[in-house]
Parts: sequence; structure tokens; C-alpha cells
Amino acid sequence: MSTDNTISRRGLFMKAGIIFNGLVATALAVPIVRFLLSSVTRGRANRYLSWVSLGAVSQFPEGETRLATFRNPYVTPTDGKTADTACWVRRIEGEQFQVFAINCAHLGCPVRWFPQSGLFMCPCHGGAYYQDGSRASGPPERGLFEYPYKVENGLVTIHAGELATPGSPTASLFGKKPPCAA
Amino acid sequence: MITQVGEWFDHRLQLAAPVHEVAEHPVPKSTASWWYVFGSAALVVFLLQLITGIMLALIYVPSGSEAWNSLQNLNHDVTLGWFIRALHGWGSNFMVAIVLIHMVQVFLFGAYKFPRELTWVVGIFLLLMTLGMAFTGQVLRFDQDAYWGLGIGASIASRVPVLGPVIVKLMLGGPIIAGATLSRFFALHVFVIPGMLIAFVALHLLMVIKLGINEWPMPGRLVKRATYEREYHQLTLKEGAPFVPYAVWKDLFFAAFILLAVAACAAFFGPFGPSGQPDPTIIQTAPRPDYFFLWLYAVLSFLPPSMETPALLIGPVILIGALLLLPFLSGEGEKSWRRRPIAVLTILLVAVALATFTHLAGYTPWSPHMNAWSSDPIPEKVLHGSTALQRQGALVFQAKQCRNCHSIGESGGQRGPALDSVAVRLTQDQLIRQVIQGGGNMPAYGKNLSPAEATALVAFLETLHPAGQSPAHNAALGEAQQKSASSQ
Repeated sequence: MSTDNTISRRGLFMKAGIIFNGLVATALAVPIVRFLLSSVTRGRANRYLSWVSLGAVSQFPEGETRLATFRNPYVTPTDGKTADTACWVRRIEGEQFQVFAINCAHLGCPVRWFPQSGLFMCPCHGGAYYQDGSRASGPPERGLFEYPYKVENGLVTIHAGELATPGSPTASLFGKKPPCAA
Repeated sequence: MITQVGEWFDHRLQLAAPVHEVAEHPVPKSTASWWYVFGSAALVVFLLQLITGIMLALIYVPSGSEAWNSLQNLNHDVTLGWFIRALHGWGSNFMVAIVLIHMVQVFLFGAYKFPRELTWVVGIFLLLMTLGMAFTGQVLRFDQDAYWGLGIGASIASRVPVLGPVIVKLMLGGPIIAGATLSRFFALHVFVIPGMLIAFVALHLLMVIKLGINEWPMPGRLVKRATYEREYHQLTLKEGAPFVPYAVWKDLFFAAFILLAVAACAAFFGPFGPSGQPDPTIIQTAPRPDYFFLWLYAVLSFLPPSMETPALLIGPVILIGALLLLPFLSGEGEKSWRRRPIAVLTILLVAVALATFTHLAGYTPWSPHMNAWSSDPIPEKVLHGSTALQRQGALVFQAKQCRNCHSIGESGGQRGPALDSVAVRLTQDQLIRQVIQGGGNMPAYGKNLSPAEATALVAFLETLHPAGQSPAHNAALGEAQQKSASSQ
């Protein structure tokens, strides 16, 4: 039993035991937190993004917009079909393309292309976009997300690998369109 | 013999005395009421969820590639798998509903006031966890709705300033909605949130027993910190009755009734989904949340774009903050709803708002009808006696998907105004301008209509007016000009 000013042998051991546990817990917390944040740190290191092919240029007729699918470049063994991703490919002319993410810029629902009216429409909250991806009407604040693309050896390739969301780091890679179609 | 076995165990466990004490603790006689049964009913439904949840985990595979198949297996192959799924699904709907009703009752009876502030605060956390279970449970039903629902969740999270992208990656467990996402929602739904729920339910119950159940509020009997506990003591010890059996029988009857109702819904309506496979390349889908989030779905389509991010991020903070602060801002005073008109009006307002938004989300007037242009016929009476040009216009109207947003004869989308009497509202010039330039939330069609198509379309639109009501005309033009304008 210790009084206010003296420290007993047992009391000292108890305090040392608490400090010892604290040190071990802190040491263990490092790998646990690193494990928890692994998806963030990987993203920071840009290890999710890479160039993926959507197919030959000839698959995309000039002046038309077609649905293309690709397997996400980063997959895990249990992803199944969820790693297959769709996007809209608009071939303006020659090797000039626009590749839009399937996700509405509002809340990510899949937009559908209507060639007759030249509009992308979203089934969730009614967002609509013109053929160049710019906002036409509805709740979206901006145009569709665009993937950077290049044409190599006759193949259309895009820089992809992350879910297109309004605040994702890749959003800066996605070209922002002026709000007016003109 | 049985008594001896009982005594042998109790000598070692020493539980009989505290259990008796809890069961027979005196409660105010007024609380043996049908209004006081919702808390225990929520607890019983929670137990049902625990049991059916464990049953489902015997078969369910939390893997992005296998989850959907294992649900099909449960629905179609495993004996009564469909019924256990249905019990769990309907149990979740009932649990959300009962927790909300319990909260409304507690609010209207002033039960959150001194000294039960902390019981209310823990209750708010229990409500949030219940909603968390509902959302994560919807994700485990890994179908199209779950997939795109996660996309909506990620889109909302991504709007958090600075931390948005980090939160999205933490939520998804990777760069996209995939296997890792399902695995972490499984961990949340099965380990993390239930663990917290059990701990918080225990705390909630402990406080109910230690502080005593709220007495029936009498108008004019004000709560004062200085005197309340003495008054409550008087109600329980001097005029009260033991909880068991005086009040408990109503809890028992209501809990059994609720379980029966869940089972009846499960047997009659069956399990929820799963809908289509979670394949993001199948885009012919119109994702919808489960019923407890339908109101949010409606709110998100009505908010103006500039309001949306602030409302999404600040709204919940204010709402939860207000709920948590309530007992500290009005911890004393009147308990009875008869003397608290603002409390009653608040409940009515919230109920009417939630019901209206939920009702609207049932037929989504804000969404284009994606197939209206190819499937909805133009009513015969509209085409009757029309010219070739007007019929050509009707074709343009359908082919250019105008019908997806505009209804005629009560079929078609409701995103834009119905056009049955559009010719009465807009003159020919205004119609041309609206079609070509758009405006007022309508896209501009100038680039997608040839002059001939635009002329035909407007000619058709000009025929859309009720019989006996003439179309609008520009009063600034003379009669002769009017005629020549309409014949062009």
C-alpha cells in the first residue's frame, strides 16, 4: 500500500506494466493502421492507374458513340465481374476521341447514350449531358468525367483504374468541360 | 431435485438475486401501457436479426465473385433458405420502423429529460447503428442495386473537402467497387456494428433499469432537477408495481405480435432480391435504394446543384447534432405532449416530409423513362385528322426521345412538363425557341434537329391543345401575319 508521496514496489511494477503495454500497443498499432490505410497509400503512389486498351480504332465508327468495356487494371482474386468496367467512346473524327466514364457526375449511376437525340441520360436523378459530355440538364454540377486517351498501334487506350467520383484524385485527370454546350 | 440442481448452479453463478431484483423492480403503474412496448419490441427484433443473420452466414459467401450465386443458392436450393432470407430482410425493415416509432414515443413523452439524457444519447447512436446495419445489409445483397448504391455512397463521400478521396478508398478498400468492398462491408455488418450494437443496447438497458422507466407524463407536472428524483421515487416505491408481471405481459404480447408480423410478411412477400448480377457493364439498370433510404433518394434529385454538396455534408451533422443536444437544451420542464405543441408539430412535419419524399421516390417523376420513346404509343385522338407534316412531327417527337421526359395522354416521362396542352401555353415562336435552345432544365436540341425536323416537331406540338381551347398566339402580330405564320 502506497501513500501519496511514496511509491511502493508493487505500485511501481504496475505503472511499469501499464507503460510496457502502452509501448507494445503503439508498436502494434503501426502495422494495423498501415494495413487499414493500404488502399489509400497504394492510391497515393498511383499504383492503381495504368493504360488499358479498349480495342482497335476501327471498332469505333467516326461520328458515333459506342459502349466499350475493359477489365480494371488492378484486380483481386475475388472481384469477379465487378472488375469489368464500361465506358462511352465517342470518335469525333480520325484519331480524335472522347472517352467518358460510365458514372454520372452527380452520384455515379450509369448514364445511357441516346444517339437519336444526342444525349446521355441518367436513370437515377435525371441528369442529362450533350454528346461532348457537357452538362445539359438535371442535378449534375459538371460534365461527364473523361479518361485521358491515346491511340497506339491502331488501338484506343485509356488511362484508367479508379472509380470516377467528383472528388477522386483522378478527377483532375478527367477533362472538365465548359458547362455550356454551344 | 430440480430445486437442488438450481441451487447448485446458483451457489456458483449467484445470478438469481440480481435477476429477481431486475425483474421485480418497481415501475410507476402508469407505465404498464401499450405505449411502452416499442423498446422491448426493437430488442426482440434485434435478437431475431442476430439469429437469422447467423443462419444466413452458414451459407452466404462474402466474395465479390460468389456472393450473388450464394444468394441464389439460398433462395432456390437450401431448404427454407428463402424464408430465412425473407425473415432477415423483413426483420430489418421492421427494426428500422420500430426504432423510429420508439424514438417518436420517447420524444413525445419527454422521456429524454433529466435524468435520462444519456439514455437518449445512447439511443441516437443505436438509431445510427440500426441505419448503418440497414445500409451495409443492402450491400451484402450483392446485386445491381447494391453495386450502384455503393457508387452513390462513394460519390457522396468523395465530396468531403480534402479528405474525400481518402474516405472513398477506405470505404471501397481499393480503387473500384469490387471484392474488397464487399469483404469490408461484410466485416462491418457482421462484426463491427453488431458488436457495438450489443454493447450500446446493454448500456441503454442498464440505464433504463438504474434510472427507472419514464413515468406517464402528466400535463403540468414539470421536471425539476432538484425534486424530480424524489418525486419519481414516490411514484415507484410507494405507488409502483413490480415490472414482472405487472407491466411485462404487454411487452410479451406485442413482441410476439411483431415477430408474427415479420414471419407473415416473410412468408407472404418472400425475400428481397437479389436483382441482377453486380456486373457494371450491364448498364440497363435503374438502381433504387431500400425503402428506408427512399426519402434521401428523392431529396437528392430535388436539391439544386449548388445546394447539394453543402446539404449532403452539413445536413447530417446538424441533424445528428440537434438530436444529441436535445436533452441538454430542454432537460427540464414540461414532459406531456399536450403542453408541447412545437414538439408535436415537429413530429408531424418530419413525418409528412418523409412520407411525401418516400411516396415520390416510388414513381420517380424526376427520372427520364428510358424506354418511353420506343414503347409508349401516341394517343390516337392526338393524331386524328392531323396532316402529314404533323404526323412527321409526332415521329420526330418519339424518335428524338422527347417522350422520355414529356408525357402525352398520361404516359411518358415526368421529368419535364406534360405536353397535352403545350400549344395553349407557348406560341409557335416560343415552341421553336424552347426546342432549339432548351432552357429551364431542358437540353438544347438545335444541333440534333434538322430544320425540317424542327418544323415538323413544332407543327405537331401546336396540335396539342384541349378541344375547345385555341392555341396561344402572338398578340403583337396582326391576323393576316398570324395566318401566314401558322401556315409556314
